[in-house]
Amino acid sequence: MNRIDNAFVKLRADGKRAFIPYIAAGDPTLDITEDLVLAFDAAGCDVIELGIPFSDPIADGPSVQRATERALSAGANVEGILRTVEKIRRSSDVPLAFMTYYNPIYHYGVSEFCVAAKQAGMDGLIVPDLAVEEADELLPSAREHDMSTVFLVAPTSTEERMDRIADLSRGFIYAVSLMGVTGARSEVSDDLPPLMQRVRSRTDKPVCVGFGISNAKQASSVAEISDGVIVGSAIVNTIEAHVGKADLVSATQAFVCELAEAVKSVERRPDDPG
Amino acid sequence: MPALLELEEAYTAAKDDPDFQAELAYYLREYVGRPTPLYHAERLTEQLGGAKIYLKREDLNHTGAHKINNAIGQILLARRMGKKRIIAETGAGQHGVATATACAMFGMECEVFMGEEDVERQSLNVFRMKLLGAKVVPVSSGAGTLKDAVNGAFRDWVTNVRTTYYLFGSACGTHPYPTIVRDFQTCIGIEAREQILAKEGRLPDCLLACVGGGSNAIGLFAPFYEDTDVEMVGVEAAGEGLDGRHAAPLTAGTVGVFHGARCFLLQEADGQITPAHSISAGLDYPGVGPEHSFYRDTGRARYVAITDDEAVEGFQLLCRTEGIIPALESAHAIAYLPTLAKDVGADGIIVMNLSGRGDKDTSMIADTLGESI
Repeated sequence: MNRIDNAFVKLRADGKRAFIPYIAAGDPTLDITEDLVLAFDAAGCDVIELGIPFSDPIADGPSVQRATERALSAGANVEGILRTVEKIRRSSDVPLAFMTYYNPIYHYGVSEFCVAAKQAGMDGLIVPDLAVEEADELLPSAREHDMSTVFLVAPTSTEERMDRIADLSRGFIYAVSLMGVTGARSEVSDDLPPLMQRVRSRTDKPVCVGFGISNAKQASSVAEISDGVIVGSAIVNTIEAHVGKADLVSATQAFVCELAEAVKSVERRPDDPG
Repeated sequence: MPALLELEEAYTAAKDDPDFQAELAYYLREYVGRPTPLYHAERLTEQLGGAKIYLKREDLNHTGAHKINNAIGQILLARRMGKKRIIAETGAGQHGVATATACAMFGMECEVFMGEEDVERQSLNVFRMKLLGAKVVPVSSGAGTLKDAVNGAFRDWVTNVRTTYYLFGSACGTHPYPTIVRDFQTCIGIEAREQILAKEGRLPDCLLACVGGGSNAIGLFAPFYEDTDVEMVGVEAAGEGLDGRHAAPLTAGTVGVFHGARCFLLQEADGQITPAHSISAGLDYPGVGPEHSFYRDTGRARYVAITDDEAVEGFQLLCRTEGIIPALESAHAIAYLPTLAKDVGADGIIVMNLSGRGDKDTSMIADTLGESI
């Protein structure tokens, strides 16, 4: 049981959903990342996804691509991000998961990466370009160091793969709400309800939904049918609009508060799992 | 991932289907113009004063490069899978042109992703694709070259996967593409093997081909894999030199995971991908096929690198000795011939894959030579 597991146990006991914001670590600087994480914690976020910026983010749309480029050009790197996590841990116990492409982990050394991430205070890993079929190298190290491994299911996932993803996921399962890359969309995809139904029918593990959720209204409607709501691009857009301004952290926190409140306002229904 | 599994399943079935193979053979013969000649480059051989040099004339294929072999194969596969829309990435534009051509012939919708910098330096091919009815989508993210075109195509594919077939152009990237592309390119090596046995009564001493992602090279090499006396040399792009910007992951890279495959890669600290550089847009890719990575690790093939300047010399060498204007990609292999011909020696035979023709590169060469056209 790590911080992510504990968070979901408590959420279920309270009949609440998780709100999970994403930011690219180092966008626009690592100091601001530290401030943002603490501000998000104060805003009641349940888990925070920290993106490790990568040169070729193929699962991401333009907003996260630009966030990644801002972070990389400001010099964000794995060592710096780990040091930032250590600083965050001095004053916060908010569950933290890395969202990272596989090559930065592979290049660091898979086992070494899990050790370093754990020591810094991370709780989980989301690796969008690592298929469950290829996870044999990562899983033993992640398990050994109690790093949750969050795999992604999509509307096109077959029953067989869904079983495998549900089986190998720890912490929560990441349901991709639509066919496509990350990025704010104006409507919640019609693909989502049937996807949730299929995932729910095979596992009691928490299922959180991301990709395309951009405002409080969408967040609460997704919260109705899931264990948690993940928002990335819309938050990153807010950061982008405030780069260089004194109110970057407070403005982003205000938006995150609004989203978190929308998610928290959704009450548990009798048919909820867990 | 489900799309890749669907593709693998469809390909495995097609591969074993005699009707599919017969259809493929028909289009390769009647439309592409195969078999291509294995040409004894007599003047080139004489001038270099070493091994006897044969050129596998993939430049004589319809559309002017080996890329059409794979485009026809995959378009037939896409039709079998019931996909209506085709997307592709392209670097030099040869794969884009080949895909646009195959789509025009079969009446399919086609969009080609191309890095902004490549759109600029390969304007002739961009116009050819438009003439063929394809939409060219410039990709501005990253360095605006081939890897970014691949990123753009992947992003489109995950969005439109239900209707769309991604016609990948090289023997690299995620499984099953390296296998599919290799198989559709092995017509090069299968023909070359038969042709050299017919002409010389024996196998060559050495095979030579340029390597970007690696499709033309693996197409030549793979059918000779078991012929362990046949040496194989792949030529990468050393760009401005291996201590500067280049595109030679097998020669000067390290192992990483990129575009869904573990392979040799140009990467920096932290596993960030280093933008590749080559004068030739078709070799301008920071990764390479996993099978070439395997050939390198096991020593079955060896890989060398040729700079931009040397490639331009190779380009001119073939123009003047044989009256053939080669693609800048193939010119990298040509540039290694003087060294290799001496090493192999006068009694030896080299088969070099002339992967494409150079019309598309003439303005780039003119710029390099300081001439205006």
